[in-house]
Order: sequence, then C-alpha cells, then structure tokens
Amino acid sequence: MLVSVGMSSDVSGAMDEPLRDRGGRASRTGRARAVEAVVKAAIAGSGWIAIVILTAIAAFLAVNAWPALSSSAAGGWKMLTGSLWYPTASPPEFGFLPYIVSTLRVTGVALAIAVPVGIAAAVFISEFAGRRFKEFSKSVIEFMAAVPSVVYGLMGVYVVGPAIKDLFHLPSALTALSAGVVLSFMALPTIISISEDAMHAVPNDLRMGSLALGNTRWQTAYKVIVPAAGSGIFASVMLGMGRAIGETMVVLMVAGGTMDLTWSLTASARPLTAVIASEMGEVVQGGLHYSALFVIGLTLFVITFAANLAADLVLERQRKRWRR
Amino acid sequence: MRNALTLGVIGAMALGTLGLVGCGSSTTGTTTGSSTSGALTVAGSDTMVNMAQAWADTYTKDNPGVSIAVKGGGSGTGIAALINGTVDFADASREMKPEEIAQAQAKGIKPVATKVARDGVAIVVNPANKVENLTLDQLGKIYLGTITNWKDVGGADAPITLVSRDPSSGTYEFMTSKALKGGKFAGSAKLLGSTQAVVDEVKADPNAIGYIGVGYESSAVKVIGVDGIKASTATVKDESYPLWRFLNMYSNGEPTGVAKAYVDWILSPAGQKVVTDQGFVTLN
Repeated sequence: MLVSVGMSSDVSGAMDEPLRDRGGRASRTGRARAVEAVVKAAIAGSGWIAIVILTAIAAFLAVNAWPALSSSAAGGWKMLTGSLWYPTASPPEFGFLPYIVSTLRVTGVALAIAVPVGIAAAVFISEFAGRRFKEFSKSVIEFMAAVPSVVYGLMGVYVVGPAIKDLFHLPSALTALSAGVVLSFMALPTIISISEDAMHAVPNDLRMGSLALGNTRWQTAYKVIVPAAGSGIFASVMLGMGRAIGETMVVLMVAGGTMDLTWSLTASARPLTAVIASEMGEVVQGGLHYSALFVIGLTLFVITFAANLAADLVLERQRKRWRR
Repeated sequence: MRNALTLGVIGAMALGTLGLVGCGSSTTGTTTGSSTSGALTVAGSDTMVNMAQAWADTYTKDNPGVSIAVKGGGSGTGIAALINGTVDFADASREMKPEEIAQAQAKGIKPVATKVARDGVAIVVNPANKVENLTLDQLGKIYLGTITNWKDVGGADAPITLVSRDPSSGTYEFMTSKALKGGKFAGSAKLLGSTQAVVDEVKADPNAIGYIGVGYESSAVKVIGVDGIKASTATVKDESYPLWRFLNMYSNGEPTGVAKAYVDWILSPAGQKVVTDQGFVTLN
C-alpha cells in the first residue's frame, strides 16, 4: 500500500489517477478529486457558453419573428419580396425587399473598394515591407479596427459624404456610395489583417523555390503566395463582408434612408440594420411591427451566420492543407 | 462529457438563457416620493426634447429633491414606452392613434394627454430656391410623389428632393395626417433621424424640401408659407397657420404626486417662459 505522506499531495503533473492512496471522500485524494471535478465543470461551462448564447439568440429571434412570418396581415414570407414598407399606416405594409437591396448595394461598394486595397496592402506587408514597417502597420491596422463606428459615421456625414458629393456632382451627400466608402474603411482592417496572416502562413519553401526558379519577388507574390493563401484571403473577405453587412451607425447616419427599390449607387439607401435601429424604439412589445423587425433581424442573422460559416470552413481547409 | 457535473452546469446555463427568451415583461411606473421629491422619466418627441430638457433643468434647480430623466427617440418611441410601462411621461408632438390607445388599454394603461405648448411645422427649402409659398394641397402632392418637379409649383425646372423624418417621429405622423391626408410618403423620401439632419440636408441640396418644428428655424434654410401664411408665434397661436399643433405629455391616468407638481409647473408662467425661450409657442 503506497502512502503519499512524504510526497506533495497536489495533483499537478499527472492527468489521471494522480494519487494512489485509497482514501475516502474526506481524505486529501477525495478532496482533490472533488475540486478537480468542480473546476472541470466550471471551465467546460465557460467553454460552452458561447454556443449556448448563440443558440439562445437564434431562438429569441425565431420566436419573436414567428408572429409576423405566420400572419397573413403582415404577409408572412412575402415580406422578403414585397417592396412597400409602411409599418405605421392603416393597414400596415411590411415588404422589405428594397432594404435587402440597399444592404447589398452598400456592401457591394464597400467590398469593391476594400478587397483590392486590402489584399494589395496585405501583399505589401507580408512580402515586401521591412520588419519595422510590419510592426508599425500591424498596430495601426488594429487601431483602425477599434475606432467606434459612430466616429466613422460622423466622418461620413461631415467629411466623406460632402467630398463625394462635390467630386461626382451629386445632389446629396447621403447616398449608398458615401455609406459604402465609409464601410470600406471599416472592412479594410479585417481584410488586411487576416489576409496577411494567411500569406505569412504559406511555408517559406514555396517562396524560396519560386525565387530560385527565377521569379522576381513580385512574380512570386502574385503567382505563388496569393494563390497559396487563397483560402485565407477568401475567409478574410467573408469576414469583412460580415462586418459591412452588420454595421448600423454608419448606414443610419450616412446612407439617406429611402424606400425606393433601386440598384443605383448615387441614390440613397436604407440597409436592414438602419431600419431596425430607427424603428425598434417605437414599437410596442408583441405587436406586428415589433415582430416584423425581428424578421429583418433574423434575415441579417442568417446572412452573417452563412458568411462566417463559409469563412470558417474555408480556413479549416487551409489549415489542413498546410499541416503535412 | 462523462462528468455528470459538467453536464449539469451546461444544462442549467442553457435552461437559464432559453428561459430569458420568453422574457421582456414591462415594469410599472416609476414615480415615487411626495410632492417635492422623487424621480420622473420622460421620453419621446425629438421636437420637444430640448424644451423637455430645459424644463427638467429649470425645475430641478428649484426643487433639488426631484430628479428628472429626459430622452428623445421620437413621439412613437415615447408612446411605445408609455404602453410598455417604462416611462412616466411620453412627450408627443402628435396625438395618440386609435390603435395605440387600444394597445395601451389592452395592457392596462389609461393614456391621458396634457397639452403643454403649441407648435407649428415649418416647411423649409434651400435658400437658393425661388419658391415662396405652397398650398396645403401642393405640399401634400409633393410628399406623396405626385408632383415631382419644382416647375409645377412655380420654381425652377429641377426634380424635387424629398426630405422627411423617420416613422418614429410625431412630426412625420402629423404630416401624414395633415398634409398627406392619411396617404403614404413617396418611396424616394429620405427618412432622417433628427431635425438637425433634415436642416443639414436641405441646406446642402438646392432642390430639397423638408419640414421642421418652428423652434428649429435657422438662417441656414428658408421657410416658405403654406396657403399664404408663414409660421410665426402669432399665426400658430391664433391657429391660422394650417400646420399648427399642440405638443402633449401623455401619462398613465391623471398625473399625481411629483408628476402632478411637475406638470402644474410646466403649465404655470414659469414653465411657459421656457417654452418661449426655446422658440415654441405658449398655450395661451
């Protein structure tokens, strides 16, 4: 029978069966095992909490959206194809297709700017920049991502909007284009940061091999590194897109708020997030308007969830690829 | 997960969070205390929010035992909060709609309106616009989208840009009933969140038309007449200006205690002086 008196009785250093004395519950072993069980439960709980919260959010959205989806007065699933949104009229109308199109317009502009600029910046930082610039730019980019969105909104209303209005001789500063440009500033740090990580993860052998075979550094970058990091770059674009779709303050302040169903970039827009933000305060809990706003929320949730899921699956594939 | 304790913790968390899904119950009113001390919450009209804050500041200076929290968000927001039971007073620049009154009664709330001031909705255009006056009918047709060019109402040949408040605004609802006669705003109308945003947009676009409370007139935009009458303290008070209205504070039942003292003060000469200082029109 082994006795543990002479040894330290703490359990660090062994995963299972740490102690061999046959003590009962009140002994050191029993207490140590009890502590371990409780701690394991607590940290497992913390690990699962994100999943629980996400499921709870999805359930909350679905439960509150159901009255509008199942009601014929609101139009049910036709809400996604209707183009008239008059929630305070009698009788009210709840078609939000123009707002889906607005979200797409604004996100389209944001990605059209942020993707080329972001990937180019990531290529520069990863393949050409010196070490000091790399460190410096990483901090600046992280800072850019941390600026509150309402600050970007103010910039949009008082700086970017008027500048675009003057540049393109538009009648108004509040357009899908202005909002899209400001959103591109917000998506840029995400795209640069993750694309740069993806390029950094490409094994150096490929770079060396390419250079050895006679490619210049630029040729190596666009012929070898960018394709190799393709999955990671795609994931960064998906996440940047998620950021642009979900942004509320900027589009509320800068996009102009019209209901027209149009693809024009120089016209105003009212993205889904702006509709929820401007109208949620005035709805009565449990009413049809309240539920219709939750349908919009559910639509946004599904779109962002799909974008993030795509990004995660692609990133996982990239990780597997390099894990030889 | 072989550990039953781990399962138990996760299960408890899941049940707890899913239980919150059904949550969202309202709280009851928040008036407490005797006549000269207590706390009040006021929310609603953005048109009235500056004046409401000025009232609160002036009143609490003389009555330090009272604390008053004022919020904007639009008349619709204030009324919804009253129906949800989360505020003492809802500032409203319009009257409650029959549907809202029915919703309130269904939740056991008895909305009572106290008129606290008068206001006129001024129609503003860009200073470069030559138009000086519109009939109420023309104004309605412009915002309905039937009239789309300034030349049809005596201005230059240019398309009209519609600038409006968003549906949570009492001013928006007031325009819907008074100018649009219950119709719907055209799809091209920009729904902006505040009077300041409306002023900024009309100031920047030479073809824009917008509407604001008279208290917000500024030299940045040009006020035009409606049916030949310009909005002023006199024309609002004698009700000759077509777009005049009362500003209301709605409460659950007749105000009592601190709330009654506050409303009585607002209706007194001291409270009405604040109304004039803010650019609105007194009741009498």
